[in-house]
Amino acid sequence: MILQPRARARSSAVRRRINRAPSPVLAVGLPWLSVMLGSIAATILVIASAPIMPPLGFLTYLAWRQLRPGLLPIWAGLPLGLVDDLYSGQPFGSAVLLWSIAAIVLDILEARVPWRDFLTEWLVAAAMTTTYVIACLAIANIADASTPLLAIVPQIIASILVYPLVCRMVAMIDRARLVPVVELNK
Amino acid sequence: MAPPANRRSGYSRRAQYSSFFGYLAGVLGALIGAVLLILSIRNPELFSGARSAASEVSEPAGSVTAGTRQASRNVFSVLEGYILAGSRYDKLDRELKQAKSDLAEAKAIKAENRRLKRLLQIAEAGPDPVAVTRLTSSTAASSRRFATIGVGRRHGVSDGMPVRSNLGLVGRVLQAGSGSSRVLLVTDTQSLVPVRRAKDDVAAFAQGRGDGTLEVRLISLGINPLKKGDVLVTSGAGGLYRTGIPVAVVESLTADGAKARVLSDPAATDYVIVEPVSSRAAAVPRAQTEPVGEETGPRPNASGKP
Repeated sequence: MILQPRARARSSAVRRRINRAPSPVLAVGLPWLSVMLGSIAATILVIASAPIMPPLGFLTYLAWRQLRPGLLPIWAGLPLGLVDDLYSGQPFGSAVLLWSIAAIVLDILEARVPWRDFLTEWLVAAAMTTTYVIACLAIANIADASTPLLAIVPQIIASILVYPLVCRMVAMIDRARLVPVVELNK
Repeated sequence: MAPPANRRSGYSRRAQYSSFFGYLAGVLGALIGAVLLILSIRNPELFSGARSAASEVSEPAGSVTAGTRQASRNVFSVLEGYILAGSRYDKLDRELKQAKSDLAEAKAIKAENRRLKRLLQIAEAGPDPVAVTRLTSSTAASSRRFATIGVGRRHGVSDGMPVRSNLGLVGRVLQAGSGSSRVLLVTDTQSLVPVRRAKDDVAAFAQGRGDGTLEVRLISLGINPLKKGDVLVTSGAGGLYRTGIPVAVVESLTADGAKARVLSDPAATDYVIVEPVSSRAAAVPRAQTEPVGEETGPRPNASGKP
């Protein structure tokens, strides 16, 4: 059957979703990719003379863990933290350590508080981010630096405020992750 | 949100094992992180190769955002111009009257400025730059203050070279990669710049505080001669930076020095100039730098490992 151009366009739009499955590469890879991009984005978006940027990599990592528990394995902190360490300027290994601990702590918290709403998650994330930023400062100070605690207060506040936005972004990526694009039985 | 059912391992051996090994891997990851951390604290240079390779990878993205940062600033200023046109006219009208009386004063200041500039040797008196480039990224989420520039050993950049903008000192090259280099900004707590007051020779050290300001510590203790608004320039002691690059302006006084604001805010800097390492190192007598280094802990040229 030969279709008219408009009908063909419409039918192809419909057809794009029918008889297709999500790409396993996207479904598995997008969470990892988005966390890595978060790590890099935190360094290239602004050139700052003070620590003002929220740790976007960590926030994305946390958001994935909270929104889709179990999607990133517990050990995901090792490879993702390695990437973050390459860019963050922290002593190498600090993100690997802290992200791994964060995953375990979050898992324990989730077992304790199985029923929760976004406010609870935000509170948990706020507490964890605050701890993370302070721990990062402590590690940097142990290694070499001597930054006062007061210098990171704006960063902590920014991190807490930006977290819902990061969650929205992660939710959007989560939808994109499962868009059916691979054609079945061609 | 309810907990996902598959996390309850129940009686299934397989599920129990996979859950157990998951946790084991998580703890192992944390241990690996701790080991890496100890290694990198012991020897900060250990992972610098991997870091410079990583910054080469993100370099194109950094260059793009460097352009966008500049463009977006312009877009915002254009929009702001439209929105604020009316109120700005009123303001300008008022200010014009004020300005006329200020004009005479300005002329006097201009003359003084010219004299000061001659004193500072700000204008194009420096050596030929090694390279002119952009800051492509900075560690904005960490308490350490590093930035990356888009030139490296390929372009003649080597470790220790001062990086400045037309406004003042930005930092110095910590580690030159092949096509990009890591810069230690002057606001990092590990950065220690020997400075002097521009109008006379009150010598001091400017150390970063990590929050965008500098801590100025006077070398000779006694009555604090600094005043608010004093301009500090590099003194050239230690031989790392050449003499007379503007660094900071004093904002408030402390007991043994001052808090100073950096003149060249990296966020507002479009292009930076990489200069060759000052050759004054040999010319500076050892006695002038030695006691200072003992007194203030890290020596200026030994400081600042990543």
